[in-house]
Amino acid sequence: MSERRQSLNRREFFSYISVAWIAFGAACANLASLAFRYSYPNVNFEPEMEFIAGTPDVYEEGVDERYKNGYGVWMVKLEGKLFALSNICTHLGCIPNWLPAELKFKCPCHGSGYYMSGINFEGPAPRPLERYAISLNAEGKIKVDKTKVYRWEKGQWDHPNSFLSV
Amino acid sequence: MRELINYFADPIRSFPAVCVLFYLMMKYYRVVGTKKFLYWSLAFIIPVSIWFAIDPNFFTILILPDNIPIIILLVAVGFLQWFTFYKAAQNDARIEEGLGPLEGTPENREKVWSWPNLVYTELFMIIAATSFLIVWAIVFKAPLEEPANPTWAPNPAKAPWYFLGLQEMLVYFDPWMAGVVLPGVVVVGLIAIPYIDTNPKGNGYYTIAERPVAMWGFLFGWLVLWLYLIIVGTFLRGPNWTFYGPFEYWDYHKVVAEYNVNLSEFMWIKWLNTAMPENMFVREILGIILSLGYIIILPPLSAATKYGKMMIEKVGMIRYYIFIVLLLLMMSLPIKMVLRWLFSLKYIIALPELELNL
Ligand code: FES
Repeated sequence: MSERRQSLNRREFFSYISVAWIAFGAACANLASLAFRYSYPNVNFEPEMEFIAGTPDVYEEGVDERYKNGYGVWMVKLEGKLFALSNICTHLGCIPNWLPAELKFKCPCHGSGYYMSGINFEGPAPRPLERYAISLNAEGKIKVDKTKVYRWEKGQWDHPNSFLSV
Repeated sequence: MRELINYFADPIRSFPAVCVLFYLMMKYYRVVGTKKFLYWSLAFIIPVSIWFAIDPNFFTILILPDNIPIIILLVAVGFLQWFTFYKAAQNDARIEEGLGPLEGTPENREKVWSWPNLVYTELFMIIAATSFLIVWAIVFKAPLEEPANPTWAPNPAKAPWYFLGLQEMLVYFDPWMAGVVLPGVVVVGLIAIPYIDTNPKGNGYYTIAERPVAMWGFLFGWLVLWLYLIIVGTFLRGPNWTFYGPFEYWDYHKVVAEYNVNLSEFMWIKWLNTAMPENMFVREILGIILSLGYIIILPPLSAATKYGKMMIEKVGMIRYYIFIVLLLLMMSLPIKMVLRWLFSLKYIIALPELELNL
């Protein structure tokens, strides 16, 4: 028994291995935190979340595309209501196009189609386009707030903030 | 003639046609796997492809830099598939005579050293592949487009060519299903093959007769559900992801009337003539029952059949059930596609409130 050379007894072995595991765990945690930080970029080119969209009288009946490229919003005036429609497809987040001839929004990715109101009727989209909060500010200008969304399937399109009566 | 091909290329018609072709090919693989068949089909395919390519509309799609890998893929897959059949037909004929597969003959069992035999081949392949890629990069310029813009998407917006099958799948499914669950199941299923499939037959030699289930199942998934969908997604989907025949001009204003309906709407409004119930689970009850039935009732049911009993005896309970569930999940894709085409069915279960749709 005493002849067997033992460079490491059981207790030492366990203390080494605990140090090793702690170091390994710390390294992994560090890496994970870096990866997490990486998902929040320093500069963000995303469109503003809030913007002023002129006065209600500039809009004609139908879909207005002037805020689509800058802010990702269609201003739609339909049956006495003015609302701000999101331009993000509810299927997988592509950007649909407005086809004036066919009076529908059509997604280039998998072919979902939406009526002017944003209701989906063809293709795989599971629910209608979302609407953003819209209100008049003190000067009578329209303020669109993209941080608040109103979803049809949750019955939120009747919410007073989801449209302007015009 | 072109009109006719355009008409038949529509997935509604071409999918069954591809399935029938697949069936014939697998059934008569001994005819397919002959040199004579190869020459005859080449004599047929080459002029036909030239005739396809001289069409200006098809040609413009064909030579998109993105699509050239698919052409290479098609040629390679066609040849390798034939080669498999050729070898398998030979082996199966030998096995019937009691001779054993060609790969098992003494002269083919001889062993060689991996160095230099394997390593040299690998080195050579590395050099060949690298030079191929360099030439490729010089000849075909990467299409540089304008900077990414979160409020605009190209039309049609296409995934890389190897993902076009997935993108085509997304037309029929919720992103969760076609983007996460089904691809996950494919990957897990492929990983699971060695554990499920413990049958030593077919190890190291080509055969079809000895491994019918494995060959039919795998090739159906690969050729019909993956490659065919890639072809559709590449050549037959144009602006707005509308279907275009191979000779059709990609007209941005092509109008296709479509109106998709959920199963729950079929049930409550069309069949029962009432309003949709408030509670979403009551609303989707039929779809929930059907889907659960599909995945929970069908496996034991299939186990009670003659084939099921036979397979359980061979591979055991657990393996059998895993296999059947994987198979059912795979078959859910064609089932859903056919339902969409026939009944404009959108979702079997539609719970947009929970972002859950099947
Ligand atoms: S992302 Fe719009 S249809 Fe799929």
